[in-house]
Amino acid sequence: MTATEERVFVKPPSEVAKQRRGEIEDASRLPVKVKIRSLNFYYGGQQALFNNSIDIPAFRVTAIIGPSGCGKSTHIRVYNRIFEIYRSHRAEGIVEIDGKNVLSPVTDLLKLRKKVGMIFQRPTPFPMSIYDNIAYGIKLHYRASRGEIADRVEDALKRGALWGEVKDKLSEPATALSGGQQQRLCIARAIAVEPELILMDEPCSAIDPVATSKIEDLIETLRDSYTVVLVPHNMQQAARVSDFTAFFYKGHIVEFGPTKKIFTNPDNKQTEDYITGRFG
Amino acid sequence: MKESTAAIANVATCAPRDQSRPDAVFKWLAAACALVVIVIMAGIFFELVRNSGMAFREFGFSFLTSDSWNPIAGEFGAASSIYGTLVSTGIAMIIAIPLSIIIAVYLVEVAHPKVSGLIGGAVELLAAVPSIIYGMWGLFVFAALMQTHVQPFLSRHLGALPLFQGPPMGIGVLTAGLILAFMVLPFITAITRDVLMMVPPVLKESAYGVGSTMWETVRFVSLKYGRRGIVGAVFLGFGRALGETMAVTFVIGNSHRISASLFSAGNTIASSLANEFNEASEPIYLSSLFALALVLFGITLVFQTIAHYWVARMQRLEAGDR
Ligand SMILES: Nc1ncnc2c1ncn2[C@@H]1O[C@H](COP(=O)(O)OP(=O)(O)OP(=O)(O)O)[C@@H](O)[C@H]1O
Ligand SMILES: [Mg+2]
Repeated sequence: MTATEERVFVKPPSEVAKQRRGEIEDASRLPVKVKIRSLNFYYGGQQALFNNSIDIPAFRVTAIIGPSGCGKSTHIRVYNRIFEIYRSHRAEGIVEIDGKNVLSPVTDLLKLRKKVGMIFQRPTPFPMSIYDNIAYGIKLHYRASRGEIADRVEDALKRGALWGEVKDKLSEPATALSGGQQQRLCIARAIAVEPELILMDEPCSAIDPVATSKIEDLIETLRDSYTVVLVPHNMQQAARVSDFTAFFYKGHIVEFGPTKKIFTNPDNKQTEDYITGRFG
Repeated sequence: MKESTAAIANVATCAPRDQSRPDAVFKWLAAACALVVIVIMAGIFFELVRNSGMAFREFGFSFLTSDSWNPIAGEFGAASSIYGTLVSTGIAMIIAIPLSIIIAVYLVEVAHPKVSGLIGGAVELLAAVPSIIYGMWGLFVFAALMQTHVQPFLSRHLGALPLFQGPPMGIGVLTAGLILAFMVLPFITAITRDVLMMVPPVLKESAYGVGSTMWETVRFVSLKYGRRGIVGAVFLGFGRALGETMAVTFVIGNSHRISASLFSAGNTIASSLANEFNEASEPIYLSSLFALALVLFGITLVFQTIAHYWVARMQRLEAGDR
C-alpha cells in the first residue's frame, strides 16, 4: 500500500474551499441546515445548556469551541437526540433541521439518526468485520441486494479515505485496525447511510498526529457533500478545518461567526480571552 | 540538602535485605496449593476407573450402548441414563438460553432501574436456592401443574409428535428438563446481565447513532460484544444441568427406560447414582454405578473442553489473527 494509491480517494482540499476560508463569509446569507432556538438541556435537575440559539450553515464546517465542561458535547448530542437513551437527560426548545423541529415527539428517530451521523471521541467499531461494520447501517435502512451493498460499502470506504488500506482484508475484525483507521471506518460507517449532517465530537483526540491530519483532510472533502459540526480537540484544529466557529462558555453560546473573524477579531471579550489563551 | 545526604549514607550502612527469599517461598507455596487441584482431580479419576473396572470388564463397550438395567439379572447398561441426562439437559438449555438472554436484555435495556434492581435481586436469590428445594417444589407443585395443565395442552396441540404422547403423569423427563431450566436460568441471566452492563455506552450510542432500534443494538452490537462471556455463562449452566442430582431425582420418575415420549419417566446418571447406591448389594451393581459416574465425568470433561476451545477460538478471532 503506497501513499499515492491511498491519496487517490482523498481529494486535495478544493481550491474553492481554500478561498472560502480566506474570505469572511456572512453566515446569514447562507442556507441554514440547523436552526436552534432557546435550547435548554438538563441532566436530571442540573441544567447544562442555557438558551442556545444558532444557525448552522449548510455545506460548511462549523466548529464548536470552549473550555472543558462548557457543554459542547451536550449541545451536539441534541441534534440526533442520542441523549435520549439516558432516562434523566432532557432537552427543551427548538432544533430545526431542514425546517423540521426534531425535538417534536412525532419525529422518526431512526430516520433522524440516518440523516444525522455521529462520530465519537474514541473510535467505536462494532464487534464485527470491517465489511460488516459498513454494511450494517446500509442493511438497516435499505433493501439492497448483495451486490448493491458491496458497491455501497466500497463507495463509503473510499469516501472515508480507507478503501486502499482495507480492501484486501474486508473480512477481518474491525478491532484489528489502528486507532486512526478505526476512526475513518466510523466516518465511513456514518457516510454509508447517506447522512446530510455529520456531528464529530473531538474525533481526533484519541489518535496520533499523522492519523489526525488524514482525518482533517477527509473533513475538508466532506464539506462538499455534507454539513459538518465539529468539536475540535484544540483551537489549531478549529482554525485549520472550520468555516464557522461558535464559542461556548458555561452552557451559553457567547459568540458565533466566521472562524477567521472569531480567531482574529472577536466581538466578545470572553471569546478574545479564550482565543488568546487567557483562560480555558 | 545536608540532611538528605546524611539519610542516604544511613541507608547505605544498613545490611541489605534479601528480597528474593520470601519470593521463592511464596512461589513454592503457591505451586503446592495449585498442586492440590491436580491431586484431587487425579484422585477422583483414579478411584472411578478402579471401581468401575469390573463393570467394564464384564460388559465391555456395550455398557455404553445397552439400555437394560436389571439388578436382579445382573445386567447393566448406561444408555438410558446417558439418554436421560442429555435429553433433560437439552430441554433445560433450549428453554433457559433464550429466556435468560431476553430477561437480561430486559433488565439492562428496557426496565426502569428500580424494576431492574428488584428483578435482578430476585434472580440472584433464585440462583442461591438449594436444589433440594427446587426438587420439592417440582414434585409437589410443578408436577401437578404439568399433569393437569401443561401436558394435556401439549398432547392436544402437539400430540401428533411422538415427543408429546402418552398419559400425563406430571413427573417425567420433560418436567425434569423444565425444573433444570428454572435452575440454570438465574445463572445465565445474572452473568448475561453483567456482560451486557459492561458494553461501553459509547458503543451502544454508535449503534443507535446509525439508526438502530433498541433490538438491533442489542442483537447486533451488545450481544455480539459480550458473546464470549455469554457463551461462558451458557456452558456454566450446562455443566450445572448435566450434574444436577437432587431436583432431578425428585421429578424424573427414575425408570431405566428410553422412551420417545418426554412425558414418560426416565433417569439421569446423577439421579441413578443418588437413588441406587443404597441398594447396590452386589459388587457388579456397585461397579456399574461407578462406571456410570465415570461416564458422567467423561461427558462433563468433553463439554468443558469444547467450551474451552470455543471461547479460546472466539478470543483469537476477536484479536484478529486467524
Ligand atoms: N451524563 C452526565 N450527567 C450529568 N452531568 C453531565 C453529564 N455529562 C455532562 N455533564 C455535565 O454537563 C456539563 C457539560 O458537559 P459536556 O460533556 O457537554 O462538556 P464539553 O464541553 O463537551 O467538555 P469536554 O471538552 O471536556 O468534552 C458539564 O458540567 C458536565 O459536568
Ligand atoms: Mg465533550
